[in-house]
Amino acid sequence: MKSIKYLIIIVFLFSTSLSNAQEKDLQNKITKNLRCLICQGQSVYDSDSDFANSVKLLIEKKLDEGQNEKQIYEYLKNKYGDWILYDPKFDKNTYFLWLMPILLFIIGGAIIVRLFIIKKN
Amino acid sequence: MKSKIFQIFLTIFFIMIFFIFYKGLKNPNIYVPKNSLEKDIPSFKAKIFDNNTLVTSEEIFKRDKFYLMNIWASWCLPCREEHPFLMELHSNKNLEIIGLNYKDKKKNAYKFLKELNNPYEIIILDKDGTLAIEWGAYGVPESFLIQNQKIIKKIIGPLNKDLFTEIKRLIK
Repeated sequence: MKSIKYLIIIVFLFSTSLSNAQEKDLQNKITKNLRCLICQGQSVYDSDSDFANSVKLLIEKKLDEGQNEKQIYEYLKNKYGDWILYDPKFDKNTYFLWLMPILLFIIGGAIIVRLFIIKKN
Repeated sequence: MKSKIFQIFLTIFFIMIFFIFYKGLKNPNIYVPKNSLEKDIPSFKAKIFDNNTLVTSEEIFKRDKFYLMNIWASWCLPCREEHPFLMELHSNKNLEIIGLNYKDKKKNAYKFLKELNNPYEIIILDKDGTLAIEWGAYGVPESFLIQNQKIIKKIIGPLNKDLFTEIKRLIK
């Protein structure tokens, strides 16, 4: 009977620490996707500024409240605009941002093909 | 013919790139989100500085007047700079100044107010800085002019003479 009790305690402790680790992973993932708005080229995860530390705490609170990743991004986007997200969504304001690299790649490729391959032949 | 079309296409493309960068370089470096203006104030619960009782945002901003929500801390030097402007605004009957004491020690905050006087009707506490994030703030000092539960102006950084004049004009 005693050993069953111990087993239950061990399983409980293990599952708690596992869920804590999972929450910490998710928190890190979210903070890595957020830009520290007062820093130079740092994510919230990398930064130790007051702003970043407050955002980290807020995310921890929101996760404890049961909010998911998407809800947290939406919440912060609502407060600070698209700029806080490293991965802005595909909409009319960001068409150009997303399509520009593809366009550049196609045009660059066409130039290379024309200049080097076709000319060589 | 084919080569001509290609050249025209290439020229148009580079002109387009030139204008994008030209326009991009002219944009100001300081990012201020457009959607922070004319937004509803956040709904929150916070402790009052003097007695630690809980107060809601609805209770603080309930009256039909202008509010200036000022984020400050005793350790923040620019807060000292803007304090005389807050003291002057404090005398305006149309405006109520609410303080949000950001990541501060109570003892130091009291000392700060004793030295420079208290322009705030209510001061709420933000020990961990999360309440400031609710407001969409970047740091200290920062101020939000509020009318009818809406943020009508957001000021990042300390108040100065120009901003002071602008606030006075807005609350007339």
